[in-house]
Amino acid sequence: MLETAFKGSRIYWAWIIFLLAIIGIGFIFYLKQFIVGLGVTGMSRDVSWGFYISQFTFLVGIAASGVMVVLPYYLHNYKAFGKITILGEFLAIPAVIMCMLFIFVDLGQPLRVLNVILHPTPNSVMFYDMIVLGGYLFLNILVGWTALGAERKGIAPPKWLKFFVILSIIWAPSIHTVTAFLYSGLPGKYFWMSALLAAQFLSSAFASGPALLILLALIVRKFTKFDPGTEAIQALGKIVTYFMLTSVFFLGLKFFTSFYSGIPSYGHSIVYLYAGLDGYKKLVPIMWISNILTIIALILLVIPQLRKNELLLAIASLCVFVALWIDKGFGLIVGGFVPNSFKQITEYWPTIPEVSISLGVWAIGFLILTILYKVAISIREELGDVDVHH
Amino acid sequence: MAINRRDFLKIAGITTLAGIGGAVGVNLITNKGIEAAQYLEDPKSLKGKRWGIAIDISKFNTPESYQKVIDACHTIHNVPLINNPKEEIKWIWTESYEHTFSSHEYANPYIKEALKKKPFLVLCNHCDNPPCVRVCPTKATFKRKSDGIVMMDMHRCIGCRFCMAGCPYGARSFNWRDPRPYIKKQNPEFPTRMKGVVEKCTLCYERIAIGLKPACVEASNGAMVFGDLNDPNSDIRKVLASNYSIRRKPELGTTPCVFYIIGG
Repeated sequence: MLETAFKGSRIYWAWIIFLLAIIGIGFIFYLKQFIVGLGVTGMSRDVSWGFYISQFTFLVGIAASGVMVVLPYYLHNYKAFGKITILGEFLAIPAVIMCMLFIFVDLGQPLRVLNVILHPTPNSVMFYDMIVLGGYLFLNILVGWTALGAERKGIAPPKWLKFFVILSIIWAPSIHTVTAFLYSGLPGKYFWMSALLAAQFLSSAFASGPALLILLALIVRKFTKFDPGTEAIQALGKIVTYFMLTSVFFLGLKFFTSFYSGIPSYGHSIVYLYAGLDGYKKLVPIMWISNILTIIALILLVIPQLRKNELLLAIASLCVFVALWIDKGFGLIVGGFVPNSFKQITEYWPTIPEVSISLGVWAIGFLILTILYKVAISIREELGDVDVHH
Repeated sequence: MAINRRDFLKIAGITTLAGIGGAVGVNLITNKGIEAAQYLEDPKSLKGKRWGIAIDISKFNTPESYQKVIDACHTIHNVPLINNPKEEIKWIWTESYEHTFSSHEYANPYIKEALKKKPFLVLCNHCDNPPCVRVCPTKATFKRKSDGIVMMDMHRCIGCRFCMAGCPYGARSFNWRDPRPYIKKQNPEFPTRMKGVVEKCTLCYERIAIGLKPACVEASNGAMVFGDLNDPNSDIRKVLASNYSIRRKPELGTTPCVFYIIGG
C-alpha cells in the first residue's frame, strides 16, 4: 500500500520537500545540542523541563484523542464516522512518534536511552509511560493498516481485529492518564499536584485533537477527491464544543481550590502565568492570547448557527488548537517550575536551537501524517470513494 | 513450508517485540542490584544504619565559616564553578531562612532579625522516603539499603531530569554542558562528570568507606554533626535530643535526614 505515497501531485511533493527542509534544519541544530549539551536550550537548574517536554505532553493528548472517532464508530456503530475514522487512527501514529522523539531530544544522554529497558523500574511513572505509548503506537498501526488493507481488497476486516480495536479504545485514555501522573505525583509541585490533572489533560486533549482533525479533514477535502463527510465534521465540532467547555470548567475548579483556600503555594504558579509574580511576567502575554482565543472559540462553537458554518467552525477549531497548545504545550510545564523549591523565580523562554529542533520533530510528525493520509486517500480514490465498510 | 517475505517480516517483528518484552520481564525478576562500593569493605569504614547531619546555625558566624565548608565539598568532588545561575552546579550552598524554609515563609514574620538574615547551608537531605529515587526510570539514583544514603550512578543516568522535578528541595544540578573546563583544579581521587547527567551531594560515601566523616562536617569545626540516626548514643542523636531543631518541608513526608539546630 505504501507505494501510493510515491505518486503525487506537484503540491504534494512541494509539501514533502518543505517538511524535509524543516527536518534538516532541526537535525543540524540537534547535532549542535548533541555536541554542546542541553545548555543550548533555555532550560535551567530551576526550570529543568521546557519546550520539549511541553510538546510531548500536548502530543500525548493529540494521540489519545483518536479515540473520539474510533469509539463512536466501532462501539456505537456511528456510520457518519466511517470515512473519518482512518484519519483519526492515522493521526495517532505520528502523534505518538513525535511524543517519543520529544522525550528523546530532551535527554541529556540520549545514547543511554535503552537503560530504561535494561534497568526497568516499575516505581517510576516513566516506565509505564514507555509501555503505554509503545503499546498505543502498535495498536494504531495494527488497526489502521489492517482495516485499510482489507478495505482495499474489498473484504471485511478480519474478526480478530475487533479485539484490538476495543483494546485501543481502552488504551487511549491510559496514555494521557499516565502522562498526567508524571506530574501530579510530585511532592512540592503544587501547580501539578492535583487529582484533577489527568481529567484536565483528557478534556483538553479531546478538544484539541478533534479540532486538529476537523482542520485536517477540511484540508483533505480541499486538496483531494476524498470527502470525510459534512456530518462527520459537524459531529466532531460538537465533540470539540463539549470538551472545550469541560476544559474551561476544570480550569475554573482549579482556580477555586487554589484561591479560595488561600494557601499561597497553590496559587503562585497560576498568578505567575496569568498576572506575573514579583514583577516576572514573561508568560503573561501568551497566556492571555490563549484566554482570548478560548473565548472566541467558545462563542463560535456554542452558538449552533455559527458552528454549522464550516468556515467559522474551522476558525473555532484553529482557536481551540492554538489556545490549548499555549496552555498545555507551554504554560503548564513551565508554570509548574515557577517559583522554584526555594520560592525564587527563574524565567524560561525557548532558544532558537530549541525551537528549531522542536519544529524539526513536528515536521517529522507531519511527514509521517502526510504519507499515511496519502496512502489512505489514494486507496479511497482507487475505490472511487464508494460507501466504505471500514 | 513456504514462507514469503511478508510473513517473514511479520514473524521477525513479533519475535523482536517479544524479545524486548521478555528481556524486561527477566530483568525485573532477576535484577537483584549489587550496590556499587559495597563488595570490598574497608575495615576502617564508618558503620551506621541511617546517616544524618545536624547543622548548628549558632556556630556559623562569618562568611568564611560557610565558604570553608562549601569549598571543602566542591573542591574534592570536582564540582565546577559556573558563573551562570541557570547552569550552575552545587552540592552544598547557602540560602536565606525564608528560602530554605519556604513552607514556613508565611508562618511568622516576627522571628528574630538575626535568624532572618542568617544564611543557611542547604544540601541533599538524603530523605528516608526520597521522591527522586521513586521517579528515576533507570535506578541511576537509588537509596543505599545499608545506610540510607541517596546515591548517584552517573554512568547510568540518562539525563531525563525527572529527579530534578521530583526533588522538593532543589538539591539536584544538571550538567547543561561539559563541566570539566569549569573545574579549577581536578581532584584525581574523585570522578569528574560529563555533560547531560544529574548530580548532587552523595554524603561523601567515598570518605565514609575509608573511615572519614563527610568533608563538609570535617571542615565545619564542630558546627556540623554527622552520625547514625539509628544509634541512640551517637553524637547526632545527643545534639538533637538536647537542642531544638527543624527540618525542611517536613509536611511532604520525605523525612529529611539533615537537621537545623536553630537555638531556643
